[in-house]
Amino acid sequence: MMSTSKSNDSQSAKEPLITLRGITKSFPGVIANDHVDLDIYGGEVHALLGENGAGKSVLMKILYGFYHADAGQILLNGSPISIQSPHDARNVGIGMVFQDLNLIPVFSIAENIALFLPDLKTVLNQKEIDRRIIEISERYNLKVDPHTLVSQISIGEQQKVEILKLLLSDARLLILDEPTRVLAPHEVEALFGVLDNLRRDGYAIILITHKMKEVLECSDRISVLRSGRVAGTMLRAGASEDKLVALMFEKALAGLEINPKDGTDKALEPLLELRDVETHGEGIGTGLKGIGLKIYPGEIVGVAGVSGNGQKELCDVVLGMELCTKGQKLLYGKDLTNHSIQTMRKNGVAFIPENPLSMASVPFMTVLENMALTNTWRYARQGGFSMDWKAVKADVEETEKRLGFDVTLYALAKSLSGGNLQRMVILREMIHTPRLIIASYLTRGLDVKSAIAARQALVQARESGVGIMLISEDLDELFTLSDRLIVLYNGKIVGEFKPEETDIYEVGHLMTGHEVQHAAKS
Amino acid sequence: MPQRADTYPKMLNDVVRYVLLFLLAFLLFGLILLIFGKDPIQSYKDIFTSTLGSTYGFSEVIVAMIPMLITALAVALPWRVGLINIGGEGQLYIGAAFATWGALTFQNLPAWILLPLMMLLGMLGGALWAFIPGYLKAIGLVNETIITLLLNSVAPLIVGFLIFGFWHSPMDTIKTANFVPAALLPNFFDTRIHLGLVFGLVLLALFWFVMKYTRWGLEMRAIGGNPQAARRSGIPLKGYLIIVMCIGGAIAGLAGMAQVSGFYGVLLLNFSMGLGYMGFLISWLAGGQPLGILLMSFVIAIIITGGNLLQLTRDLPYAAINILLAITLFAVLARPIVFEREKA
Repeated sequence: MMSTSKSNDSQSAKEPLITLRGITKSFPGVIANDHVDLDIYGGEVHALLGENGAGKSVLMKILYGFYHADAGQILLNGSPISIQSPHDARNVGIGMVFQDLNLIPVFSIAENIALFLPDLKTVLNQKEIDRRIIEISERYNLKVDPHTLVSQISIGEQQKVEILKLLLSDARLLILDEPTRVLAPHEVEALFGVLDNLRRDGYAIILITHKMKEVLECSDRISVLRSGRVAGTMLRAGASEDKLVALMFEKALAGLEINPKDGTDKALEPLLELRDVETHGEGIGTGLKGIGLKIYPGEIVGVAGVSGNGQKELCDVVLGMELCTKGQKLLYGKDLTNHSIQTMRKNGVAFIPENPLSMASVPFMTVLENMALTNTWRYARQGGFSMDWKAVKADVEETEKRLGFDVTLYALAKSLSGGNLQRMVILREMIHTPRLIIASYLTRGLDVKSAIAARQALVQARESGVGIMLISEDLDELFTLSDRLIVLYNGKIVGEFKPEETDIYEVGHLMTGHEVQHAAKS
Repeated sequence: MPQRADTYPKMLNDVVRYVLLFLLAFLLFGLILLIFGKDPIQSYKDIFTSTLGSTYGFSEVIVAMIPMLITALAVALPWRVGLINIGGEGQLYIGAAFATWGALTFQNLPAWILLPLMMLLGMLGGALWAFIPGYLKAIGLVNETIITLLLNSVAPLIVGFLIFGFWHSPMDTIKTANFVPAALLPNFFDTRIHLGLVFGLVLLALFWFVMKYTRWGLEMRAIGGNPQAARRSGIPLKGYLIIVMCIGGAIAGLAGMAQVSGFYGVLLLNFSMGLGYMGFLISWLAGGQPLGILLMSFVIAIIITGGNLLQLTRDLPYAAINILLAITLFAVLARPIVFEREKA
């Protein structure tokens, strides 16, 4: 397997490994891909950049056999091939790592990889599989212990396993869908190192991402998609952030405007106070331990941490989804420990969850209906016998104007792309000027423009005196927006800073559990 | 609204599909009739004349349709919040038993008090029976599907116990004494069609209206569509699960009341013979849609009435009609693809 990919190296300069010609795909009412041409060469990292709904995911799903193109051709080494299913794609050496990793937690790493092997024997030769895993993993600096259970390893390591899976199944083209989304800064660097090695051995890599910096850091060529078409392809050497933004959006963007932060007025009563709160960790969840936290009006408290260290539980406790087994939760000084979600929401708590698809939207309802869900009591008329949809619409439109982005109201929520769904949820949660916003991974899946708008919305809310808890893995985002930062590790708050008192590396190390004693200074 | 343009061909598609499915079922059943040595064409003619072909036949179809229409709603409503209620059968029995208790105890009341009282009792009985699985589901203890199914075999035994032990008439051990006239639902047009039809139609309209226009419909659809999102939106999930399950049970209980008070005029041992299950089947076939429920309960009623007749005139075993029902069910559930559809 290695030898074939090496021999490709020399040809790759001349002939593309994979060529997409005139790929067109439309869904009812939308043209997702409009005659897309794309060449992918062996030995290159090809970044695919674009706004939400620009058609990146659809294009890659066509290449991986999830969708069938309405028109167009896929060529492998110059000869047309037909990819009808992911199985076909894997047979011709195309592999994909999805945003949500697809491993079976109760299986060991080796078992997960073995499941994916095309030449899996009826009787497993465990030693042989282990040997291959170790060989490949050492070669590409993807070191793992094949016998560890997947449930015991971090997200970053799981990603390594996904990549190993593809390498062992003889993939020559690796498609990575926003791989850095879940990684801590030093893990991102490690990943780029791995990609470097792979590129050297002639693998082709397609990197789907929103993050401009990463694109410029690690890719060889960059293709920008806009409204389903290729807006341009450039070499890294010729690319700059400005040029890419100009390609992605027709006009240049306004950056994020943040007024200088005035010192938060601590004399005020906190909006939210958690006193020594603890929860049970259910299943694979992490229980919270001794959480003490105050959020004041008009401040953004950033919560840093690698996902799975209690962020979800922290949000759920505040929202009332999860019960405190110990401690107290006070909202405006009122004890609302273990009150219902409806009570919390009626008291002005808004919640933007990490996964809008599963946690905040009903797929078979229209966007308008989804907009009313958190406020059904507000829009019910005649004691509930009818709903005032005009009022919902008016409120949404007013909020759209305020926030500067909009959504289609009459489409079914299930037809929206991930980013549009996130916009829908952000809009909904901002409709009735909440008093406390819990925002979990606010900009996940959003393109640069929407991300700026969403952050702007938070800043706007803060200026009008709203208290905000912002959970994110994007440390740049946290450092830019937060007035205070806390770091969660293993269900505990292991550090509390003002952003100017610390730096990304200190927080990054705390997030991953190093040097806790040294850094927990406040 | 863009999706409105798509609905028309989709509906047409569905109609053609179901017509073809039923044709397929009838074709297969024709084969079975041949095996029995009967003339399928003549048999189908008999079915037609005995059901849609005459006023009497038509009225009998409606009579058979009434309880199934109501029990189908008892399934369709909980289905909207994601609950699978197979317990219509049991809820119907308990509802019938409660209503019977009312009919036997308050014989001297005038009809305009006694009947509403029996309706309320029937609904209360069904609701109580459904509360058990609803509550257990809401506290996350057990799956409602299993419990409702298991309770179905318990309910007829309780009714049997009540009849044998307390209520049986002096002459007969397997049924109660005939109800007094005040405890009987009035009939229409000199047929056996009784007021239960109105219950069914009103409930159907109410179901449609609540789901489409009200706040509760919206909240229920949200729960059915994505329980987690609904909960995080502040919709009281547990409350809905329990209440909707109880309402479903109440509806099935009302079907039981209508059956004893409108059809039999007496509580009979094992009187239902699968009405609750038939409701589940109908609701499933109709995809829980109000109009579909009406159509499907009508079609199933034709098959059942026609089948009863075949049993008499063509000397077919009663089981034969179950074969036709089973084939229908199989044809619809297997859903052979008639038109290629875009998988989006």
